[in-house]
Amino acid sequence: MSTATLEDVVTLPEAPIRTPRKRWTRFILPVFTIAMIVYLAFPVLVMIVYSFNIIPPTGESERQTTDFHCCTIVHWQEIFKVQELNHALLISVAVALPSALIATAIGTFVGLVLGRYRFRGRAMTNFVIFLAIAVPEIVLGSSLLALFVQIGSSKPLGLYVPLGYWSILLSHIAFSIAFVAITVRARVQGLDTSLESAAQDLFANPRVAFFRVTFPLILPGIVAGFLLALVLSLDDFVITNFVNGSTNTFPTWVFGATRLGEPPQVNVWGTVLFTVGVAVAVLQLVRSRRTRAES
Amino acid sequence: MGQAPPDVKGHIPQGVELPPARQGQRALERRRRLAAYLQLAPGGLYMVIGFIVPLAIIVYTSLSTSGLFSTGGKSVFSWEWSNYSTALDQYHDVYIRSIVYAAIATSLCIGLAYPMAYWIAFYGGQWKSTLFMLILVPFFVSFVIRTVQWNFILGTNGLIFGPLKSLGLVSQDFTVLRTPFAVIAGITYNFMPFAALPLYVSLERIDRRLVEAAKDLYASKAMAFRKVVLPLSFPGIFAAIILTFVPMTGDYVNAVVLGGPKTTMIGVIIQDAFLVRHEYPVAAALSVILMAGMLVIALLYARALGTEDAALAAA
Repeated sequence: MSTATLEDVVTLPEAPIRTPRKRWTRFILPVFTIAMIVYLAFPVLVMIVYSFNIIPPTGESERQTTDFHCCTIVHWQEIFKVQELNHALLISVAVALPSALIATAIGTFVGLVLGRYRFRGRAMTNFVIFLAIAVPEIVLGSSLLALFVQIGSSKPLGLYVPLGYWSILLSHIAFSIAFVAITVRARVQGLDTSLESAAQDLFANPRVAFFRVTFPLILPGIVAGFLLALVLSLDDFVITNFVNGSTNTFPTWVFGATRLGEPPQVNVWGTVLFTVGVAVAVLQLVRSRRTRAES
Repeated sequence: MGQAPPDVKGHIPQGVELPPARQGQRALERRRRLAAYLQLAPGGLYMVIGFIVPLAIIVYTSLSTSGLFSTGGKSVFSWEWSNYSTALDQYHDVYIRSIVYAAIATSLCIGLAYPMAYWIAFYGGQWKSTLFMLILVPFFVSFVIRTVQWNFILGTNGLIFGPLKSLGLVSQDFTVLRTPFAVIAGITYNFMPFAALPLYVSLERIDRRLVEAAKDLYASKAMAFRKVVLPLSFPGIFAAIILTFVPMTGDYVNAVVLGGPKTTMIGVIIQDAFLVRHEYPVAAALSVILMAGMLVIALLYARALGTEDAALAAA
């Protein structure tokens, strides 16, 4: 457009915007995006499809093979066939639920404080949270192991945490708090503070103003934080692998099992968890859409 | 808990009788500060015990001698700097390899995620959030399972190379598993959302009128992108770099599932030193070196964008 004459400017000031050139290059980005979506989804599709794979009997326990024979639902019917896997799943849930609940309870307050108040130590708190999120899991996992080993060898107050369920739970709470805190903080910062003052002007005491006005408004942030903590806990491998002792969660069991080849039940359970995750996410999305449409 | 924000004080007109909740602003201010610390206490305490103390113990262990490298030997603190020289002497090539892999994978992640995030943010229209959702959905599958699936797909006779080999397009002993290619491809895949999310958020925030203004001022499309969109998306790019590069460097799962002895990354070495060989002091030194590198990057980043923005981008 550097050669534009005065005439162009006067008669067609909007020409550069209003005449999109219909060239083939405009297809590059959409096609690329779709290709990326397919690439990102590919392993998941493989996982789902192979949960219906007919595995030729070899006499040993069933292991997934690359030869795909369509189709059987026998692995879905025998979803509980692998005992160790069931147990690992149970541990995963028994860790994830309390860990997410506790982390949400504690982390919500941290997020609230960071979003609402200015105080000494605020920047420091923000930085610790940032570090907790950015530090490589391998460092966090190894340092948590060092903590449990140290406690185990010195037994302060006669207390110690054996490596296993409890050490996994405590570690999961530790790394989840930061994620809940930032999720809630983001929500609190987006809040109109005049709403709460309005409530107080209308003779609501601070407690009532908080529970009737502020809390309902930040609730979506708290729910999102809880779900995030739940997913992080269910999915964690590296940190768990350091502190689990001989207790297996779903990820650590799958990791161990694949050295021999994965049993088809792994595909089945992977698909189940995936479906649940997607369903919850879609539900959240629809609900937030609806509340936005209402307001 | 819910007190009026501090700026309200100035807005109370003279002679107006305050409702009871708004009386005694100064006392409230003091109480508010106390309330803030009280609410912060449980989370702060947990983060100190679950995060600061463990990191301190790691630093302490890294400067200790342990009589026996077996489980029985207790470590004794002795300013044992030799742990660091041992760690660096033995494993400097592994550190360099991890950094190189992570750098390549980070560039790939951003190179692939940027155009995608850009198109969705600028041209996605009403499908924006649905399209972006489609990108995130695969990551609802457990990290370990995803990596195992790639192992399955890229396997010697796997989904891709099996058919190619039976068609004779690829030689029979060809394999990508256990090569740097497989490891880099794996970490690129697994950390893609950590690049896509901040990029998308920063691109989506850009005011379209700025781009239009650039075009009104006779900037070509490419020029408008280079001079307006790209600089405004720098915070997203920074966030994407730190959110991918740092965890990639410490990766363990991809290096073990997709890699081999020649593609070992530092995460594998640390894990082995801790859990298999029980060489706690050297293992701790290896961790501290990795953490120090990460801390430098994080501090630079926090300096550039502020801690708040940094953590926000992480969300």
